[in-house]
Amino acid sequence: METVKEKKTNIDAKKALQISGAEALIHCLLAEGVETMYGYPGGAIMPVYDELYKFQDKLTHILTRHEQGATHAAQGYARVSGKVGVAIATSGPGATNLVTGLADAQIDSTPMVCITGQVTRELLGTDAFQETDIIGISTPVTKWNYQITEASEIPEIMAKAFYIAKSGRPGPVLIDITKNAQIEKFEFSYKKCTGVRSYKPVPKPDMSAIEAAADLINNAKKPFIVWGQGVILGQAENELKQLVEKAGIPAAWTIMGVSALDSDHPLNVGMVGMHGNYAPNLMTNECDVLLAIGMRFDDRVTGRLTDYATQAKVIHFEIDPAEINKNVHADVAVLGNSKETLGLLLPLIKENKHEAWHNIFKEKYQIEFDTIINDDIHPTKPGLTMGEVIEEINLASNNNAVIVSDVGQHQMIACRYAKFSQTKSNITSGGLGTMGFALPAAIGAKMGAMDREVVAIIGDGGYQMTIQELGVIFQHKVPVKIVVLNNDHLGMVRQWQELFFEKRYASTVMVNPDFVKIAEGYSIEAKRISERKDLKSTIQEMIASKEPYFLEVKVEQEDNVFPMIPSGASVSEIRLK
Amino acid sequence: MHKRKGKWLMENKWFTISVYSENNVGLLNRISGIFLKRHINIESLNVSKSEIDDVSKFTIVVNTTEKWVHNIVGQIEKQIEVIKAFYHTDDETIYQESALFKIASGLLFDERQIQNIIKDNNAQIVTVSRDFFVIAKSGRRNEVDEMHDQLKPYGIMQFVRSGRISVTKDVMEISAILKEF
Repeated sequence: METVKEKKTNIDAKKALQISGAEALIHCLLAEGVETMYGYPGGAIMPVYDELYKFQDKLTHILTRHEQGATHAAQGYARVSGKVGVAIATSGPGATNLVTGLADAQIDSTPMVCITGQVTRELLGTDAFQETDIIGISTPVTKWNYQITEASEIPEIMAKAFYIAKSGRPGPVLIDITKNAQIEKFEFSYKKCTGVRSYKPVPKPDMSAIEAAADLINNAKKPFIVWGQGVILGQAENELKQLVEKAGIPAAWTIMGVSALDSDHPLNVGMVGMHGNYAPNLMTNECDVLLAIGMRFDDRVTGRLTDYATQAKVIHFEIDPAEINKNVHADVAVLGNSKETLGLLLPLIKENKHEAWHNIFKEKYQIEFDTIINDDIHPTKPGLTMGEVIEEINLASNNNAVIVSDVGQHQMIACRYAKFSQTKSNITSGGLGTMGFALPAAIGAKMGAMDREVVAIIGDGGYQMTIQELGVIFQHKVPVKIVVLNNDHLGMVRQWQELFFEKRYASTVMVNPDFVKIAEGYSIEAKRISERKDLKSTIQEMIASKEPYFLEVKVEQEDNVFPMIPSGASVSEIRLK
Repeated sequence: MHKRKGKWLMENKWFTISVYSENNVGLLNRISGIFLKRHINIESLNVSKSEIDDVSKFTIVVNTTEKWVHNIVGQIEKQIEVIKAFYHTDDETIYQESALFKIASGLLFDERQIQNIIKDNNAQIVTVSRDFFVIAKSGRRNEVDEMHDQLKPYGIMQFVRSGRISVTKDVMEISAILKEF
């Protein structure tokens, strides 16, 4: 039996082991391998920032200039590194400013953990200063969210947050922590989460489905692959390549999946979707077996669903059961992680070469090259095109750059013409179409892959939505290359107005500031070019630079992106002009 | 999904969605948001404990197409704290609702017909006080509605009907599913 004195000593020892919720949170982040996080302080999160100050040698916090920037930076970081991106903000407006990034990460399956401060537990529901129901607000745009109201919950909930964010189909998780929980002390211990009772992240592959898929593929005369980001998230790049080569199947990509297979691979037949390539869109409605791998049949990919690949047997490789039969009926659904399922499929696949079928893609490509591509990347008209800028970046970077694009015409051009030789290299806002994504995402991408060249391609519209993040590039000397393709318009909306609204250019003309001066205000080396003779040398100079670099390219004001499948049309109705 | 392969009928029908879940704050919001996002009205909702300890059961009734109910159930099941979700048509389930009628006590003695209505409908008087008495009726929606119509002429002080509760004719192997996690 312990004596009174011993008892007191034991209690004192226990107290000595106790740490605050805020400090515990930092230990959780460190235990999860977090090295860099993005955020913005404020009243309800100050105890955590006080700990960040103490731990700054172990954990880098990057102060973005707006909380939205923090989420996109975390997304860019996550997408190049495959790690979980972390963003942190205060309650109220700090929390609501995260919503766009959460929605973007949710629809593009990006692993992210967002931490928000919240008013102290006693004040919940009293409309206290900077109180907002961020759990209610973020519910539809998070994979999971949770409000911590006492410090002792922190270790278990943070472990669960990271586990949920990165497992299965990744996604964003928001953890809201009341201020009292940040301050209270408790005895800290941490155990990584390895499972949640009601959550099955990766379905077990069903061998009979894989055999049925192999049977369809082996007997196909005109098989066609469309792959998406699921290949990258599942780290199945190698398996995809083996499948394409062994079965001799022409393969096309969604913009979320592009860099999973070398752009110059002979069986890579380009991009599907609204502004994708001519051949893969047309051939979607000619193939006899359509293999959809890690993609979700977004409407921008399928066009009018009732006329999408109706002639084909559809095989859907997918990790998320809710995607099966959501938009397109799957004749064979293969659930599971793409690396695992493709790995099981490969030994069952017979070697084949579908040369005649592949030749049709080449013929259609030639048509597109002659009518569109050649003029885009080797123009003869005086004004600069977006396409030739991308082509010069390919040449200067040896197809090795990480390309971070914003949303609009330049995004479609960047995805169409940028060439990739490494996976995780195309960072763009695919599902949500978030203008303002690229600048902060490029900052995160560079910090997540310091050895890679990171080039942000941004329009003059989107650039001004998050332009304040130049402050981060300035303060932390983040050596990203920023290319603004300036047509002095909101180009994609203007294109639609031209084609479908009889050229009524409602609010799409931009009177822009001097972007070079703005960049110079942040001490970023900056140049503007408007003539072809300066293009190659300036881009070479930009890529060669070891510092942040801003380049504004004045491009043709009223160029359109083609091919185009008009909204609501079938993939067969793709227009070349 | 589009109907080209003719798998699902595109007409609206009644479906009962059963959701087995953890009992956590915020899950109701998460589930109802899935209907909101698709502009689908929830006709009735009941949350209770289930046959398994610590597992809650949502019973949700919607009138929609099978395409949508399939999609919705997929999205519900995807939520982290949901163990399993199913949908069934009316003929695959045993279901009923409960209703309470509050009626002025004087009528019980003045209007003999009210006693016949209670008897004919297999309803029960759950309490009688000086001013009012309360009738409880369980059954299908139309049975409750019929009784409501019969009582209405005499004057109903208050009326309330619960959401649908149902059990399936099929076996629900939730315990087995729980072991798999």
